[in-house]
Amino acid sequence: MIAELGHFALVMGFIVALLQTVVPLVGAARRWPGWMRFSEPGANALFLLTAFSFAALTYAFVVSDFSVKLVWLNSHTAKPMLYKITGVWGNHEGSMLLWVLILTLFGAMAAWFGGGLPPTLRARILAVQGSITAAFMAFVLFTSNPFERLNPAPLNGQDLNPLLQDPGLAFHPPFLYLGYVGLSMAFSFAVAALIEGRVDAAWGRWVRPWTLAAWVFLTVGIGLGSWWAYYELGWGGFWFWDPVENASFMPWLLAVALLHSSVVVEKRESLKSWTVLLAIIAFGFSLLGAFITRSGIITSVHAFATDPERGVFLLLILGVFTGGALMLYAVRARAMEAKGVFAMVSRESALVLNNILLAVSAFIVFIGTMWPLFSEMFFDRKLSVGAPWFNASFTPLMVLLGLALPLGAMLPWKRGRLSRVSGKLKVVFVFALAVGALTFALQSGRSALGPVGLFLGAWLIGGAVADLLSRGRKGEKLARLGKLPRADWGKSVAHAGLGVTMMGIAGLLAWEQEDIRVMQDGDSFELAGYTIRLDSVEDVQGPNYLSTQGAFTVLRSGAIVSQLYPEKRVYPVAGMPTTEAAIDSGFLRDIYVVVGDAQEGGGWAVRTYFKPLANWIWGGAILMALGGALSLSDRRYRVGVGARKTDRMSGGVPAE
Amino acid sequence: MKRLVFLLVFLAAPLWAVQPDEVLDDPELEARARALSQDLRCLVCRNENIDDSNAELARDLRLLVRERLVAGDSDEEVIDFIVSRYGEYVLLTPRRGGSNLILYYAGPAMFIFALIAAGLYLRGRSAGRVQSREGLSDDEQARLDEIMKD
Repeated sequence: MIAELGHFALVMGFIVALLQTVVPLVGAARRWPGWMRFSEPGANALFLLTAFSFAALTYAFVVSDFSVKLVWLNSHTAKPMLYKITGVWGNHEGSMLLWVLILTLFGAMAAWFGGGLPPTLRARILAVQGSITAAFMAFVLFTSNPFERLNPAPLNGQDLNPLLQDPGLAFHPPFLYLGYVGLSMAFSFAVAALIEGRVDAAWGRWVRPWTLAAWVFLTVGIGLGSWWAYYELGWGGFWFWDPVENASFMPWLLAVALLHSSVVVEKRESLKSWTVLLAIIAFGFSLLGAFITRSGIITSVHAFATDPERGVFLLLILGVFTGGALMLYAVRARAMEAKGVFAMVSRESALVLNNILLAVSAFIVFIGTMWPLFSEMFFDRKLSVGAPWFNASFTPLMVLLGLALPLGAMLPWKRGRLSRVSGKLKVVFVFALAVGALTFALQSGRSALGPVGLFLGAWLIGGAVADLLSRGRKGEKLARLGKLPRADWGKSVAHAGLGVTMMGIAGLLAWEQEDIRVMQDGDSFELAGYTIRLDSVEDVQGPNYLSTQGAFTVLRSGAIVSQLYPEKRVYPVAGMPTTEAAIDSGFLRDIYVVVGDAQEGGGWAVRTYFKPLANWIWGGAILMALGGALSLSDRRYRVGVGARKTDRMSGGVPAE
Repeated sequence: MKRLVFLLVFLAAPLWAVQPDEVLDDPELEARARALSQDLRCLVCRNENIDDSNAELARDLRLLVRERLVAGDSDEEVIDFIVSRYGEYVLLTPRRGGSNLILYYAGPAMFIFALIAAGLYLRGRSAGRVQSREGLSDDEQARLDEIMKD
């Protein structure tokens, strides 16, 4: 009964979404206030109906109602409650419902906090958001109904994919979706502005918090996914250039570009048409990501729903929204001429360079991801594009970005002098060079990756610090730091975060050490100055799995550093083995132990890794997200604050 | 019973990536084998190289690579041998040539194109073909000031 109510609420929601698409748009075009105001209760109703529907599905999972097919397929009574709940989105249908829920949540938030937006713009934004919601509700209702029943109801379920029964992965999808779908707000703002025919500084300021929020969520989501891969997949890789990873990485790169170009719109009224285009493309890539993941068109570890019908439907959504918005853009973009004038050497130009590097990186990821498909379709050549290609193609752009960033971040608006900025950064540059040189001296005969990466990281972190310090006048620098706007802090923290991540990646890739061997109980060996001893291997039973657990002791010059218990688990219901690596995490290094199969001659296969700076990768991601959050909390960017003031000013009729 | 489940499941469990018995005695050859393995795709997996993969086929390929290396093949010869057997699909770095040139040059071409376009745009901006001195009309400037005040 509850499931049927949930289904019914979703159908109702679909109808409301259709109305939401049409009524406010007509109202805004005809200047009918009543019709425009429909958008507000409309957005609330959409959110409440979807939330009810989602709650109904969650309830079915919590009480293990196996008469609902989705619950039967993805749950089991023996599963811990946390994973019963996360099981709601650990599958195609449920995750699409979560996607719709987040779409309506963002729509409702725009209605709650958008009180200061001009009424026509707000009505149009909510209408565009409503149309996206309608499309995805139709997708859920017609191709991926989560409320389908089974008769007779089975006694127990088939269990969630054991790989997904993990705290890191349990919360990876919601964050990722908050990011993907958050970009729909930027898209709605862009399309509404195109319909409206005006993009100004205020628009730049309004669209920024949404992009910022989406980007923060995306950063956290990608970071969680990467961290999960690191400890769960058994060899400590953190990024595989898998099509689905790329599907989240492209919107991330474009969101970064959009964040920076919307600053130029806000401060300088330039790059307007490019920013609108970027907002459209960024969400387009979110949709492309959904298509890649769900259609299974490019084989990938993540493609849990491979169904051509769904693929076609998603391709249609992608085509209609991106294509439609681009057509509108082609017609209207001319109306948005730039106002600000600036010199070749200026903050504006630096941000243009930032946008070029990020957009081209996203393009490279795109072509690498799609090439196997294109190549097979057009040239009848079946091939793979894997990590080595991506590393070689993508890294140079990131090196350029890292080199240019501290300089660009400190250039003044309108007109700057490189000599003045480089003067301020001289100390930082020398410091970074010293770090790089020291690294080079300490390592022998290895790749340039380590020194270059550490140089870049030190350059970025030092640059971020110098940027903050330069804000204060001489003598009172430190006193002023506390008074700086949070957005300034956010900028520096996020930039430093990028430096930390770059150092982590370089350190891990350049100096990782590996050991593979057969060990008997009591055996020990040396790796990177540590002694690792296998004490015993035992069978252990978990709530819904069986496990072989090794007990290891890590020693350094005779003193115990830590005890590690790597496991090899088997989930009997799903019939799937997983590895649980044991990691001794440290500030400068991780020791990563995996226990493998029992060997024929006795003993166990053991793989051990020494991973320098591994945690810096995610530490940097946390800093980047923190920087974004700081920036978001800046009172200047609080949604609607600036807007309320302009409302009085912009009484005029928009150019149409 | 529990013991039995254990045994059954574990016997069916997949093999691990690089097993201790695969490792070559000559560290130099082993290093070359590992480097080559990074660039070869496990054909039955999804986007995994044979070095990381647990699949039986990946193990066969790893052993094959080592066999060829021990037989004295150069890196290129090993790759050519494996491609002749399994097709281009097995390579994670696609070959430079034919239609793949598009893959290799699209990125750099886009970068150069973007630099030129941006250069032209920036020149236009700095040349200053504008309505007023500061690029904003008076009421626009007033409005901007109002927005930016706080």
